[in-house]
Amino acid sequence: MLQDTTTSRMKPAIALEGISKSFPGVKALSDVSLSLYPGSVTALVGENGAGKSTLVKILTGIYQPDGGSIRVADTETTFPTALSAARAGVTAIHQETVLFDELSVAENIFLGHAPRNRFGLIDWKKLNADARALLHRAGADFDPTIRLRDLGIAKKHLVAIARALSVDARVVIMDEPTAALSHKEIHELYALVERLKADGKAILFISHKFDEIFRIADRYTVFRDGTMVGEGLIADVAQDDLVRMMVGRAVGSVYPKEDVAIGEPVLTVSGYRHPTEFEDINFELRRGEILGFYGLVGAGRSEFMQSLIGITRPSAGAIRLDGEILVIRSPSEAIRSGIVYVPEERGRQGAIIGLPIFQNVTLPSLSRTSRSGFLKLANEFALAREYTSRLDLRAASLDQDVGTLSGGNQQKVVIAKWLATKPKVIILDEPTKGIDIGSKAAVHAFMSELAAQGLSVIMVSSEIPEIMGMSDRVIVMREGRIAGRFERSELSAEKLVRAAAGITEAA
Amino acid sequence: MAETHLSPRNIPDRLEGRGVRLLKSWESLLLVVACLIFLGNSLASPYFLDPWNLSDATFNFTEKAMIAFAMALVIISGEIDLSVASIIALASTAMGYAVQLGFDTPALVIVGLSVGLICGVVNGLLITGLGLPSIVVTIGTMSLFRGLSFIILGDQAFTGYPDSFAWFGQGYVWWVFSFEFTLFVVLAVIYGVVLHKTNFGRAVYAIGNNQTAALFSGIRVNRVKFTLFLLTGLMAGLASICLTSRLGSTRPSIALGWELEVVTMVVLGGVSILGGSGTIPGVVLAALIMGMVTFGFGLLNVPGIVMSIFIGLLLISVIALPILWRRARRRLAH
Repeated sequence: MLQDTTTSRMKPAIALEGISKSFPGVKALSDVSLSLYPGSVTALVGENGAGKSTLVKILTGIYQPDGGSIRVADTETTFPTALSAARAGVTAIHQETVLFDELSVAENIFLGHAPRNRFGLIDWKKLNADARALLHRAGADFDPTIRLRDLGIAKKHLVAIARALSVDARVVIMDEPTAALSHKEIHELYALVERLKADGKAILFISHKFDEIFRIADRYTVFRDGTMVGEGLIADVAQDDLVRMMVGRAVGSVYPKEDVAIGEPVLTVSGYRHPTEFEDINFELRRGEILGFYGLVGAGRSEFMQSLIGITRPSAGAIRLDGEILVIRSPSEAIRSGIVYVPEERGRQGAIIGLPIFQNVTLPSLSRTSRSGFLKLANEFALAREYTSRLDLRAASLDQDVGTLSGGNQQKVVIAKWLATKPKVIILDEPTKGIDIGSKAAVHAFMSELAAQGLSVIMVSSEIPEIMGMSDRVIVMREGRIAGRFERSELSAEKLVRAAAGITEAA
Repeated sequence: MAETHLSPRNIPDRLEGRGVRLLKSWESLLLVVACLIFLGNSLASPYFLDPWNLSDATFNFTEKAMIAFAMALVIISGEIDLSVASIIALASTAMGYAVQLGFDTPALVIVGLSVGLICGVVNGLLITGLGLPSIVVTIGTMSLFRGLSFIILGDQAFTGYPDSFAWFGQGYVWWVFSFEFTLFVVLAVIYGVVLHKTNFGRAVYAIGNNQTAALFSGIRVNRVKFTLFLLTGLMAGLASICLTSRLGSTRPSIALGWELEVVTMVVLGGVSILGGSGTIPGVVLAALIMGMVTFGFGLLNVPGIVMSIFIGLLLISVIALPILWRRARRRLAH
């Protein structure tokens, strides 16, 4: 085992040994060990489905391991409930933070351990004063009496961190804390991690973003398929090594964009406008083309795409598909015309997590798999198998509920669902948001393959490397309008950012 | 490691066979309960096993079950229709009024079904057209429809239905099999096929699980929901014909409180009150259980108040049991 001078002498705040956990048909974790040291940030990396979430749930008392031991400050212990984990000083800040929108910031911070006055009632004065002090320690100076739902996601994270400070946590788990944050907020979060480190907390930092891992982590642990495949000091490892450990193979060119002969225009959008969301959208999409839509969050890209498939109605504008004018009033009409949209919000708009994989895949294609309105299960399984295997889905069976899959595999099911409709135009809205490198590469390779087969692809993305790596052409949107158009040959990160932010070319 | 690694190229369709899935289902538990009650009843009363007594017993549930089938679809889609009993009252009142105008039996049937259908359209339009929550809309129309019956009837009753009209509630198709029971069986098959074997049924499950994703997937959510409310209205109209025919008269208090019994039947049948899951065989078994319990109590001369206590307990356990059942299954699964 790798050891260094600082941590070899230090006792871990918490140590997991030989932890295993199985679910029906899947071994989620097998014999993994992890030690977290006070005042140190350990990055946990791995593809979706590698077992990271399972480990977090074991650490926070939500799942019970099948085998192995947990030691806190050298004493062996168990976390039969979430409360026992919290009492042992383990606290987690999740991707979607679990807080209460209708309560005030102070109430959220002290929920369950609010200071009491001598009558046994909540001491509101002390509550708010203590909350203010904790927020200050977390680097946030806003009013603790405001309701949580009036805060943005970044400030909610700060509240969650203040809550972690209030229970005097020794171990802080941060599960993709920057996924929903802006550039500035991310930097504030880094500063906070430094402060927690200085306070002697042991931090487990889960992230898919390598730049931030290399920026703030001291140690790393890599999971693959439920086992630990490497650990050590960040200082001793290169980015490529981590990627290789994660995927178990060398990742070739990160963006497998093929050069495809671009054909005739397939989709023409002219004069699209909406009273509040977007206006004056004109563009052409050609056969075999991947057209990137870049912009800041809130630039109106998703709203515009949803108007193309009839979710929202534009106030003016026309679409031509293969030269013919098309009026689309509902998603079912869009699907029939051959325009499909893979939504950004996978859990809410994309996957139906309570239904099995095969039923998710065939839902928009039922008219093809059925006969005169009656289901044909054999056809459904065949269609589901065809498309899920093309996307390299990992699942125990096609009858498994989608909710039991990892995020990356859920996204594969959602994409398979749309491809199974055999569209002419596919719109992918943030197709790789929150999924791991392996799944990302699979999605990118598949997009490239689709374009080569003559499909026209629109890709909405807020990640510059993805936009630059995958697009033949890029349209930048800002505040509901087209703010720039770039051919692949003239793309640069700086141009994209300038157009998206509305900065005019320097003289 | 090697045996746990899942090959991406070879995902099986299902892990469990048909038999295993059936054994683990809520329906098999219901079947056991139904058999136990049947056994208990036949031991407790020597009159229970008589074919004609059993045939009489079916009238306890057939009318409610007709509505329960349509209600099951509504609840699976994540909505609810509490106006069904009031639709029965309004349809019955309309038929009684038509009798006074000299309508014959076929015309009365058309009146009954039409009123049910119109009430369903009203519910459907308010819910899908205006986007109002179904629980609020149907509580409103529950008062509205029964209120109309009261205005028309006051404290009077319509009687004088033609003799041929009595067949729907009192006639027999063959031997001990009444028209109502036959209709119950036919409707069970139709609803079972529609929910479990058609694209429409799949759409109902998809909507109940995630309405937004269903819409994005090209399901015409509003059209499906509108159809479902139309169906509950139509079934309430049908039940109204049977009930009115059986009683031979119409009072504004007819079928009072039936909406809760229908919902109880649906939920006992394993339909999640939150939507998204449930089966028609489950509802059929639940109807049989509730009918047999009511009939058994009647044979044993159990007073009405004990019966209502039992129904109350049944309601609570019906809500609790599926949740405990699922929790137990989840624990087994882990």
